[in-house]
Parts: sequence; structure tokens; C-alpha cells
Amino acid sequence: MRRDAWWLELLPVIVLLGAFGIYATLRAFEGTYYEWGPYLSPFYSPLIDPRHRWWPFSPALLILIWPLGFRVTCYYYRKAYYRAFFLDPPACAVSEGVKRYRGETAFPFVLQNLHRYFLYVAFVFLIFLWHDAFHAFFFDGRMGVGVGTLVLLFNVILLTVYALSCHSLRHLSGGKLDCFSCVTFAAPRHTAWRWLSILNERHMLYAWISLITVGLTDLYVRLVASGAVRDLRLL
Amino acid sequence: MAEAIFELFRGNREGGQPATYRVPIAPGMVVLDALLYIQAHLAFDLAVRWNCKAGKCGSCSAEVNGRPRLTCKTRMDSLPLEKPITVHPMKAFPVIKDLVTDVSWNYRVNKKIPPFEPRPGSEWKMYQEDVDRVQEFRKCIECFLCQNVCHVLREHDKVEQFAGPRFFVRVAALEMHPLDSKSRTRMLKDELGIGLCNITKCCTEVCPEEIHITDNAIIPLKERIVDEFYDPVLMLVRKIRGAKQELS
Repeated sequence: MRRDAWWLELLPVIVLLGAFGIYATLRAFEGTYYEWGPYLSPFYSPLIDPRHRWWPFSPALLILIWPLGFRVTCYYYRKAYYRAFFLDPPACAVSEGVKRYRGETAFPFVLQNLHRYFLYVAFVFLIFLWHDAFHAFFFDGRMGVGVGTLVLLFNVILLTVYALSCHSLRHLSGGKLDCFSCVTFAAPRHTAWRWLSILNERHMLYAWISLITVGLTDLYVRLVASGAVRDLRLL
Repeated sequence: MAEAIFELFRGNREGGQPATYRVPIAPGMVVLDALLYIQAHLAFDLAVRWNCKAGKCGSCSAEVNGRPRLTCKTRMDSLPLEKPITVHPMKAFPVIKDLVTDVSWNYRVNKKIPPFEPRPGSEWKMYQEDVDRVQEFRKCIECFLCQNVCHVLREHDKVEQFAGPRFFVRVAALEMHPLDSKSRTRMLKDELGIGLCNITKCCTEVCPEEIHITDNAIIPLKERIVDEFYDPVLMLVRKIRGAKQELS
């Protein structure tokens, strides 16, 4: 039996994922305070049917399902929540009690195999988020920089790094090859795989930082849009 | 001289109980030194498996204070001495005697895996970029700590359906070998049970050779399984290619 405080490593995961889950759910259903000036919350981007012509609920509900799917099926988050929420196992060499176990062979966890499809969608969303970050440099048609501009830019950079460090992307870029030197475009594929592997080593770090920053970015836009704080113009 | 209290499992397949020993501590000492001291001075019949005492033979695996470790690489100064240090045999394998377990199940699993089969007419020349990945896997010393810590074997006892991380590393080394011609993906899915792995990375955490078992072996293999069995687009592409080849 382990004698160290193994449960301590679960606490940050439970607190951070739990807090983000609650905040994101509340914001998803809120349906207001998602844009101000050139800023658009990443939870609501791309903005779909804001005037409720055909979608009566919050537009974020159409959006958040995709990044949620990407993170839920992410190889890092799987480790984190299997341990913290399913106690499967709670920590290494810690007993989880007798229970039926099928791993990722049966529904619903067999759907984790669709991770790469969520990755493809994530790249589409990143295009919109880069567009939003670019758009955030223009205030009433004139170029400028506000705190929100930097917040949106920082957020999309981190989300991009997180997506680029994905295990599935690493596989698709070249990891699936048995022989790098035997295929067409061998050199660029090996280079891509090598660079993505470097990013992949810190996938956990990027997963956490990007989760926190995307939440804080939405919070910033909400605070500015609701008038709780004023966006500071830097340029 | 400082002393450490050791609580060792003494027993066999039928059962056993902890026995307590006091061991003088010297600078630079590792847990295996303490076990050998006990064997030499306090319990002559203590069964301990060891060979190189240099972290390369993979023989002295055990659970020190509940954590799977090589006893020859666990320094005494890394352990708290206020409480007795527990040393138990690996939980996932049947005990033979005291700290020695029967790991022969692993060798039976190993035999199931089709060995390296070079492509006919292969030129025996490889580029470094093609063998980088495989070389990491060759560091494995078969200590079976990864097998022991894996909850699929340790807690759920899926010995019939699951090969365990050590053998996913071996299969990865074969699958990613630039000259190998055999595909083991169906076997990985159906017989070696890679789907039972929920990638909680305990194997990587305990590996004394610091092989990135999960990131570099298991996840790439899982992705190959997705290519083959779960990706509808790739399945369609394969079908079209197959049909085209048949036509030509």
C-alpha cells in the first residue's frame, strides 16, 4: 500500500476541470455578454444565429460541443479524468476496488478513437479564432490595440500550440510511417513529425495552459461586455 | 550508526506476513543493499532475486513503500526513515517465495507475438531517422515493473485478454521497424487487448529506463488501430484503392 499522499495529485485536476466545467456550462447557457467592440468570446466563435432566427438557444451551445469533444478525447485529458473522476486507477499502484472494467473497448469509451475527427474540427475553429484575433486589432475601422486584443491573440496562440502538440496530429504527420526514408515527401514528413514530437512532449502543459487561458479570455470579454471593467486601449 | 526498520513480506503462494528487521544505514546505500544485509545477517532464508545491482538486469523489481521500483535503484536517502520501509513482491504476479515472483506469464505472452519478418529482398541498410524510435524501445530491461503497475493486470487481472505495456513496447518496436513486413494491428486489437489500456501512464512513470511507453509506443499503436479499424475515411480510401488494384 502506498504511504505517500498520492491523492494530492488528483486535487488540481478535480478543482481545475471541475471549475472550468461549471464556468463553461454557465457561460454556454447564458447567451449574452459575448462580444464587445471588435472582441468576440472564444466560447461563441464563430457566432452562429445570434438573433435566434432558427436556433432558439444560446449560440455557444452549437460551438462548445466541438472543443469539448476535442478535449474529452484528448490523450492527456483521458489520463487526467480517468484518474481523477473515474478512479480508474486513482493513482499508480493504488487499489481501485473490484469493478467491471472494459477500458476503451466498449461504448462510450470506444468513441475516444474519434479523436482525430475532433482535431480536424479544431483546426477549422482555429481559423475562426485567428480571424477573431486579427479582427480585434480594428476599432471602428481603425487599427488599435487594447488589452482584449492581446488577450485574444495570446489565447489563440496557446490553443494553436495545444492543437499542434496533439498525439493524433503527430501520428498523421509521419508517426504512422514505418520508414521515413522510403516514402514520397520523406524529408518534410520526418521534419514535421520531429517538430510535432517536440511539442507533443509538453502536451499536458499546453492542455492546461490553453484551458485556463480560453476560460479567462471568455471571462475578460464577458466583464468588458457587461460593463464590469473597461477595456484599456494601449495603442 | 543510523538504522532503518524494514518490514518485508515473508511467505509464499499460500500466504505470508510481514517480518520486521533493523538494518544499519551507510551512505550511498540502496534498498537492495539492505535486503542483502538482512539475507546475510538476519534471515538467511530470505528469497530475493537480483543480478547486476546496476539497474540493467531488471531482476530486483519489488514494491518499496507501495511503489513499484527496482530495489537496486532506490536509494535509502530517498526514503523517509521515521516509519518502517515496506518491501513487498510485485502484486501483479504470483509469489514464489518472499520477494520473488513468478513472471513466466510474460514469456508466454511474448511467444504469441510474431517475430521480426524482413521484407523479401530487403537491402540491409537503415537510416538513423528510421530507427530512432525503435532504439528507445530497445532500452527495455524487462524488469516488468510496467506490467506490475498496470491496473489492467494488477487490479482487473485481465491476463487472458491483455498483453501489458512491456509487450506493446515490443510490438511497437516491430511495427515501426523500417524493414519489417508483418502487420500486428489486428492482433493488437483482438488478442493483445490494447483497447483495454486507458493510457493512465503508470507504466511510463515506473519505467527505470525512462522509456516513454505511453506517448511513444502505446498511443502510436492505438492510432494505428484507429487507422485500421475506426477511421471511416481511411477505410473507404483503402476500399477504393483495393478495388482499383483489382481492376488493374
